[in-house]
Amino acid sequence: MQRHTLPRRAGKKSRRPDLFWALLSVAAVVILIITAINLYALINGSAASLRYFGLGFLVGTDWVPNPPEGPPLLGALPAIYGSVVTTLIALLLAVPISLGVALFQAELSPRRLRTPSIFLIELLAAVPSVVYGLWGLFVLVPFMRDHVNTQLKTWLGFLPLFSGPTNGLGMLTAGVILAIMIIPYGSSVMREVIAVVPRSQREGSLALGATRWEMIRTSVIPYARTGIIAAIVLALGRAIGETMAVTMVIGNVARISPSLFLPAETIPSVIANEFTEVAGNDLYLSALFELGLILFAIAFLMNLAGRILITRLRFTGGSDRIA
Amino acid sequence: MSNQNTKRNVGLVVLLIIIIAATAGGYSYYANIGNTNTTQSMTETTSTATSNEAVSILGAGATFPAPLIQKWTVEYNTLYPWITINYNPIGSGGGIQQITQKTVDFGASDAPLSDAQLQNATGLTLMPETLGGVAIAYNLQPYGIANTTVIKFTGDVLAGIYMGRITQWNDPAIQALNPNLQLPKATITAVHRSDGSGTTYAFTDYLSAVNSDWKSTVGRSTSVAWPVDKTATGIGAKGNAGVAGTVANTPGSIGYVDVIYAAGKSLGIGAVKNAAGNFVVPSLQTIANAAASATGTPDPKDLRLHIVNAAGDQSYPIATYTYILLYKEMSNQPSMTKSKAEALAKFLWWAIHDGQKYAPDLIYAPLPQNIVSADEQLLTSLTYQGQALITR
Repeated sequence: MQRHTLPRRAGKKSRRPDLFWALLSVAAVVILIITAINLYALINGSAASLRYFGLGFLVGTDWVPNPPEGPPLLGALPAIYGSVVTTLIALLLAVPISLGVALFQAELSPRRLRTPSIFLIELLAAVPSVVYGLWGLFVLVPFMRDHVNTQLKTWLGFLPLFSGPTNGLGMLTAGVILAIMIIPYGSSVMREVIAVVPRSQREGSLALGATRWEMIRTSVIPYARTGIIAAIVLALGRAIGETMAVTMVIGNVARISPSLFLPAETIPSVIANEFTEVAGNDLYLSALFELGLILFAIAFLMNLAGRILITRLRFTGGSDRIA
Repeated sequence: MSNQNTKRNVGLVVLLIIIIAATAGGYSYYANIGNTNTTQSMTETTSTATSNEAVSILGAGATFPAPLIQKWTVEYNTLYPWITINYNPIGSGGGIQQITQKTVDFGASDAPLSDAQLQNATGLTLMPETLGGVAIAYNLQPYGIANTTVIKFTGDVLAGIYMGRITQWNDPAIQALNPNLQLPKATITAVHRSDGSGTTYAFTDYLSAVNSDWKSTVGRSTSVAWPVDKTATGIGAKGNAGVAGTVANTPGSIGYVDVIYAAGKSLGIGAVKNAAGNFVVPSLQTIANAAASATGTPDPKDLRLHIVNAAGDQSYPIATYTYILLYKEMSNQPSMTKSKAEALAKFLWWAIHDGQKYAPDLIYAPLPQNIVSADEQLLTSLTYQGQALITR
């Protein structure tokens, strides 16, 4: 009897919607609805600011919410600049380290060390952001000020990037702390995509006389590159939206300066700092909403760019299993 | 990898982490053993009364008076176990916003509300419930000036620093005020709040009162555009604790914090020149002096008071009242009942009388008598559906 009913059920499932199908569809639609509501709320909240400041908001460099006279004067450029620069620093530092960690864990690590190192790296992802901020403020900031920044200034001080006074609080420190925070995200995704590179790929290149390094460079990384880019996009999304730890170490100053030592601000840090004090100043609140909208747009564009890159690479050869 | 192997490795990692954690924990315990005077009342929580006429009141607002208000709610709950009052320190602006939208029973703000803010909330009144001071903190220890050394400042010098016009510690303007000190040739890092704050309001209110340039270009507000950020070295830090921590961490820095955050920390505390021309350090007494210098009973219909740069030989010039925000006709609030309104009015009556004895321990000055009388008049004028809540 069992034998008789089983195939019939299986046959039905693929043709007609059942409860399981309905549940999954609801889940998928709910995500779309939440995103739509979110976007609607951001646009609706920004309406006053969009109307008043127009495109000038994107290029304005002044942030004077409560001037002694007249309406607020608000521009988002310092926050956008700070967000982009800190994220770039974080990626520059985190991508090579993540890739190195992932390759070590997937290819080189002795078995005995593999599990502990995976465990420890993933532990980094479980540390709350505010704890990174505390550690950053009391440990990393003095360290950067007394050792890293002074050395950079001595050797590379002729570059505008490493000029000016070094307090330890600033874009470079924020970038370093972001890098530490996104390494576990980047490395665990990269490790997974490297682990699924087929054995035949490796064996093929080894059989042709490649060293281990040549095998990784010519067979493993090209095969896994779409997944590696997906990992970078994921890490980037995490870095650009990070709030608490950055707020605590960046110095929170609306200023665009070439020097990485100087304090700055990011879009999330401005929103976190200022949203409690906007009562009775509707334009100010609306400007904070618009900052949120800009962040949404930046994250969306970055994701889109990552997607396009992945599809391009896939057509020129690479893995279909990943991403 | 074999299952057994994995198990052994996981065990190894857990052991490693425990050892690291224990070492670090033990180290920091011994490192901080002499530094344990944290405020106890911050962590105390109110216990819920299980009486049949239980009343629960919710307030939100300024962080500055939070330690005192929370102490009050605990003490009041032990006296009247069926009345539970919760105070949520979310910041002055948040308090104003929530009481305007009537989502809380009372609000609290360090900055007196502007006329525009009062127009947004018809019937809202302000009741000063305590007062405090803003200390000028600095860190010149790495340059050989101990934290116990008192550096003298004037309002003009402080305005000059935060406008980015005075950028070195050995600037003639500072050196002239402190002829006995060898001030270093070091850059001044001016630390300010990055979040909106009643402390910033009090500090910029003072600078506006003493420096006309400041008044016309920057003004007074819970958050301002600091000129020092653009032209010299300014740093924004979140919360009083953030400013205190940044100053303690940054050689050559200066900052402003509520007095309680400067006391007991490893910071130098400056003396500020008052209206009488004396240099005064912040203390319970000098802050109370500032309040006492404003004599006469103020109008209970508008208790917005400014006590910066107060008269009096020993008045500390950067002092401020902090306010409870509530509706005069309490039935305007949808969540308010008669018993709640009565309980809230009686709690505030208790707070401005018996409650004041808890203020000095937390470095708030007790309210002077003229303000207590004005508060009494205000509380007796509170109504619920037209009926007075407190009768004398």
